[in-house]
Amino acid sequence: MDAKVEAQPTVRVQAPVVAAKKRDEASAAQHDVKLAAGGVNLWYGEKQALFDVNLEMFDRSVTALIGPSGCGKSTFLRCLDRMNDVIDGCRFEGEIRLDGDDIYAPKVDPVQLRARVGMVFQKPNPFPKSIFENVAYGPRIHGLATSKSDLEEIVINSLTKAGLYEEVKDRLDDSGISLSGGQQQRLCIARAISVNPEVLLMDEPCSALDPIATAKIETLMDELRDSLCIVIVTHSMQQAARVSQRTAFFHLGKLVEVDETSQIFTNPTDVRTQDYVTGRFG
Amino acid sequence: MLGYVLLLLIGLAVVSYFFARRRAIAAVQGKEHELHSRPSYHGAYVAAWVGIPSVLLVLVWLLLQGPVIDSLLLWSLPIGTTDGMSDGQIDLLLSEIRSVAAGNIFGEPSPVVQEAAERYQSWKFIARWAMAGVAMSVALVGLILASGRISPEFRARHGAERILSGLMIACSLIAILTTLGIVLSLLIEALRFFDRVSPVEFFFGLNWEPQIPIREGQVTAGGAFGAIPVFAGTLLIALIAMAVATPIGLYSAVYLTEYAHPKVRAVIKPVLELLAGIPTVVYGFFAVLTVAPALRQFGETIGVPIAPNSALAAGAVMGIMIIPFISSLSDDAIAAVPRAMRDGSYAMGATKGETITKVLLPAALPGIMGGVLLAVSRAIGETMIVVMAAGIIASLTANPLKPVTTVTVQIVTLLIGDSEFDNPKTLSAFALGLVLFLVTLALNVLALHIVRKYREQYE
Repeated sequence: MDAKVEAQPTVRVQAPVVAAKKRDEASAAQHDVKLAAGGVNLWYGEKQALFDVNLEMFDRSVTALIGPSGCGKSTFLRCLDRMNDVIDGCRFEGEIRLDGDDIYAPKVDPVQLRARVGMVFQKPNPFPKSIFENVAYGPRIHGLATSKSDLEEIVINSLTKAGLYEEVKDRLDDSGISLSGGQQQRLCIARAISVNPEVLLMDEPCSALDPIATAKIETLMDELRDSLCIVIVTHSMQQAARVSQRTAFFHLGKLVEVDETSQIFTNPTDVRTQDYVTGRFG
Repeated sequence: MLGYVLLLLIGLAVVSYFFARRRAIAAVQGKEHELHSRPSYHGAYVAAWVGIPSVLLVLVWLLLQGPVIDSLLLWSLPIGTTDGMSDGQIDLLLSEIRSVAAGNIFGEPSPVVQEAAERYQSWKFIARWAMAGVAMSVALVGLILASGRISPEFRARHGAERILSGLMIACSLIAILTTLGIVLSLLIEALRFFDRVSPVEFFFGLNWEPQIPIREGQVTAGGAFGAIPVFAGTLLIALIAMAVATPIGLYSAVYLTEYAHPKVRAVIKPVLELLAGIPTVVYGFFAVLTVAPALRQFGETIGVPIAPNSALAAGAVMGIMIIPFISSLSDDAIAAVPRAMRDGSYAMGATKGETITKVLLPAALPGIMGGVLLAVSRAIGETMIVVMAAGIIASLTANPLKPVTTVTVQIVTLLIGDSEFDNPKTLSAFALGLVLFLVTLALNVLALHIVRKYREQYE
């Protein structure tokens, strides 16, 4: 039954994405800078993982981070919501400005920061709770809902935005783990957007999913982009080309090149980028 | 004699191992790769056929030898000797014959007994040598048959492995059969008890006074076997123990998995688990000599009378003892929650505390429950601490400052001292033991079931 429901959108996906991208690439430059990383260096213990990364990410657009395994793109993504803080022996240097304010400033509480910057992980990681409770988790801990009906509204809204509500509306009390992989990932997206974040970080969100579920997530990203700054790490260059307006290429912990997505894939300036996007290494 | 026979059989098995090895190598003129099985498998196969049947035969022989000789003896006595004798008297006669045969003569044995003793002596001698002879010939037959099969094509490895797996099955069967035997012996004695005392009185009676006269003219209470106060006391002490152990165990598990530096954890965890290795008798001393007087003194200063053998003292010390059960299993359960759950929660802007209470503990709850249930069954079955620190008089109370008694304490007091094994007082111990066994068994099964169900969740 699931397959039938999920099979429909695949055909629809491509066309709007391409059309939307044309529109946005023209206007991407006009968007404000949402996140700006300046001189970011990062060490895991003795080993340096990032070298002087400078990157601007625009509001209401998708920025893709690509590069071979171990190039530091996921590490950089995790700097953007200070998730590296919880790793022992991790040392950060530099600044990352969210709307102009340095998120690594001493007065910033990472807990509050993470309410503004949501994150979706590589492997779907719903909590072993009901579908409803999974989405209600964020609003509850941040006190966003004053009444039960408020909370229900938030949950239904988030599930609808994540394109999951129609599939699960009759079983909101079922365990989140009982869903299929693609549904779990959309549940995680619903969970992430339930607290109205300004930025959504996605760490290879589709690498554990089949093509149909991937297409759904990509459509979803395209919709969410209207109100969010999205930064996505991906191993699939086709995905980067499909969903992003700007693409940044990382190699060996350094940011090699960043430009409009079409530019990166058709006419990169750096030879390493060219080798990578044409599949000569990585 | 028996020792020599067994040694001889084992020696024979070892020798036949090397013999079969050499024969296997000789069978292919030293070209070992032409053998289906390595020479040592041929050796093991033959050795097993030499050793196992003959040793088994010796064991069975020993089991049957006594009864067979006894019945032969009775049959050989002059006709009419045992007429009108009860089973007990016949047993007595047989043991008299045996002790005369062994040279322990008291007084003047009758000629019939003397004669029988001589017969007994000679039969025993015959039986001994017959056993040795038969066992050796079984071993030799095994050797001849098994080594006759040695050839390049013979699949000795398959045979040896089958024998090995048979041995392993036998070993695990021993454990299962022992459990079964324990249950049966409990059950039979408990049924004998319920013959004398009605189950209704036992399970629902509120009065436990098992002191009944065991010899005529003794002045004691009439005897009452209502076990409710005993069960209630057990429950009270177990509850106190759990009230102590659950929070301490759980919080230390959370600290160890989420807060402690790895180096601190490497020290604290083994030390905490050391608690489980302290002999319970030492905990008993601790309860009686340290905790109970301290409690009592504290009670005096605030004007509350606390009994010297209060349920509180015994329960609290027992709680300390079972902390490692809870902390260790909870620790495993919390650590087994995938890192992705923590990341997911932190990424939502949850604090460490929120992550622990709202994500980690619910996710680990089945594992924690399993630990708690195992701890409960341990607390209910624990004997030494309560024997030393809890009371003996069964009183029905929920006040932890009063003395109560437990099932295990009652079993111990019922079975020590002079007592016959056919009066309700002693037999009631078996009924209590049976109930205790069933309760802890049920708790263990439940706990294992929960833990196993939980293990499947993330895999």
